[in-house]
Amino acid sequence: MKVRNEQSDILIIGGGAAGCYAALTLGEEYPGLDVLLADKANIKRSGCLAAGVNALNAYITPGHTPQDYADYAKEDAAGIVREDLLLSMSEGLNEVTAKLEKLGLVIQKNPDGSYASRGWRNIKINGENIKPILAKAVQDKANVKVLNHINIVDYLVEDGRVRGAWGIDLAKEEAVIISAGAVICATGGAAGLYQPNHPGTSRHKMWYSPFNTGAGYAMGLRAGAEMTTFEMRFIALRCKGTIAPTGTIAQGVGAPQVNSRGEKYQDKYGNTTAERLWAVVKENLAGHGPCYLGTKGITLEQAAALERAYLNMAPAQTLFWRESGLNPRDYDVEIEGSEPYVVGGHTASGYWIGNDRSTTLPGLFAAGDVAGGCPQKYVTGSFVEGEIAARAAAAFARQAGKSGIDAEVQENIIKQVETFMEGSSEGNYTVESLEEAMQQAMDEYAGGIKSHYGYSESSLRIARKHIERLTKLSDKLRAADFYGLLKIFELRERLLVCKALIAHLAARQETRWHAFGEHLDYPERREEYQLFINSRLEQGEVKIIRRPLVESESKEAVG
Amino acid sequence: MSIAIEKDKCVGCGLCTEACPGNLLKLWEGKAHIRDVRDCWGCTACVKECPRQAIYYYLAADLGGSGGRLYAQNNEREIKWQMLWPDGSSDEIVTVKQEANKY
Repeated sequence: MKVRNEQSDILIIGGGAAGCYAALTLGEEYPGLDVLLADKANIKRSGCLAAGVNALNAYITPGHTPQDYADYAKEDAAGIVREDLLLSMSEGLNEVTAKLEKLGLVIQKNPDGSYASRGWRNIKINGENIKPILAKAVQDKANVKVLNHINIVDYLVEDGRVRGAWGIDLAKEEAVIISAGAVICATGGAAGLYQPNHPGTSRHKMWYSPFNTGAGYAMGLRAGAEMTTFEMRFIALRCKGTIAPTGTIAQGVGAPQVNSRGEKYQDKYGNTTAERLWAVVKENLAGHGPCYLGTKGITLEQAAALERAYLNMAPAQTLFWRESGLNPRDYDVEIEGSEPYVVGGHTASGYWIGNDRSTTLPGLFAAGDVAGGCPQKYVTGSFVEGEIAARAAAAFARQAGKSGIDAEVQENIIKQVETFMEGSSEGNYTVESLEEAMQQAMDEYAGGIKSHYGYSESSLRIARKHIERLTKLSDKLRAADFYGLLKIFELRERLLVCKALIAHLAARQETRWHAFGEHLDYPERREEYQLFINSRLEQGEVKIIRRPLVESESKEAVG
Repeated sequence: MSIAIEKDKCVGCGLCTEACPGNLLKLWEGKAHIRDVRDCWGCTACVKECPRQAIYYYLAADLGGSGGRLYAQNNEREIKWQMLWPDGSSDEIVTVKQEANKY
């Protein structure tokens, strides 16, 4: 097997919103540092923003402050947030937005030149080409080299410090070992842990990118990094079938949620992100479903504007309206909940980080969906985190200097890769069958769609056993080529994230957020769970660490 | 949820294989080929990338599809989205890149 070595001052893993913005920052502010940006696909369309995005959902509109945004996110997450992270993120939102506009992003303006808002914290754009715009800006930076189609598998760790990472080059079919003074992880969250809405032909028609497989969480866990709040899962409320966004309809044409009887039910359940989803679950269970966004009677112009808006971010919805005959003027738009995800851009799941986005491992920084404690950061908040992480990583790398690659480390990596390519899979198990089994176990026993997102201590015990069994079976998988290797690594990442997630779900013995964390043994909020559930992998086991909401109260873990 | 490649139109330029965020497209005997239609997210990056409109997007039967095809003609100013229906009729919607979404 061929091996290639690369060296840089800073390695960025993942070229989505956070990773690209980190690269831009380093390109502009630190031209003397060599930067490598590795992406599993091509940064032109990789990550969550592949199809585009319809609005920037985190922006401070006139009359509001960053503190208002932080307060809103805190309330929506029922208090389980890091206020320091929320504030530093919120403070940067408008600056990164102005920067994107300068790069070419089209933002709708009012007659007076200010941005047109969709609500008090979001603005209207044409985000179809947001990734090509970002990618071009990154490629124009002289000190940034983009490595496309490199799937990073693990960090290089020496004496507890992260000194680079290794992966597989899917185009050249060779292993790549990259040493770096500092590493920024921006791999995104984890999709594909639970059985999706359409497990068959359209298994990847899901809310989050199915190619975000939790690599960053898994690499961090293996290296001993501390993680936080996996148990605050994110479940999206979406248009039925297409899993297209609902905000465009709800906020755009002011469509309320209604049940099959035409009743507006939302007020009964509260109006946080979790409660809007929970309302649908409860209405369906009560026999009042399906639930809809009440669009019936909108004008021709409104319907046409909706069709264009969806083509710019989720083309399936426009096609569905035309093809099924269920157009939004004559029929309300049916809605449903997705399967659960672990994603730090929406909830607080991810790396436990400092305000400079440093992780608990020296030399490693995290930004975007992979970073925890800072929910509702969305696209613009991910940009801000990329910027903050870039500056901190640059300072670290300047101190650290470049490092080399140990021959023994290289040998171990080659052995690891070659093991998965020796011979063929033993027995009857394939990556696909193990993935299906994992998703089914999570669905049934760890609070998926089938169990209306609820789980119990008893069901989590079963889930844990299944994940252990499947992890063992995954050791025996073999790949015929590098794409097959990618699929094996992705499955193993997901299995490890599932293992940590189950431990987190079991540790929070309360129901703080309906559906996102629906513990059937403890159906209420409990005062003693006003804390963070964190975790670290120690000798292969998930160790739970409880931390106070405000770190200054105590430097030590609660227990 | 997936895309299909019209082999007679494909010129094997490889732009789609570069663009797919899931590494799902590859060149095989000079033509683009999708590894598994079930693994497509439906982002339409490849549809917009193809210079020959050789790739279309369709809704699988489990998503309410009934044979329609969505093509995109992408230039610097706009995207012409062409929908071709099973009865031979077609519709077109143009999204202008300098126009923000109304909603």
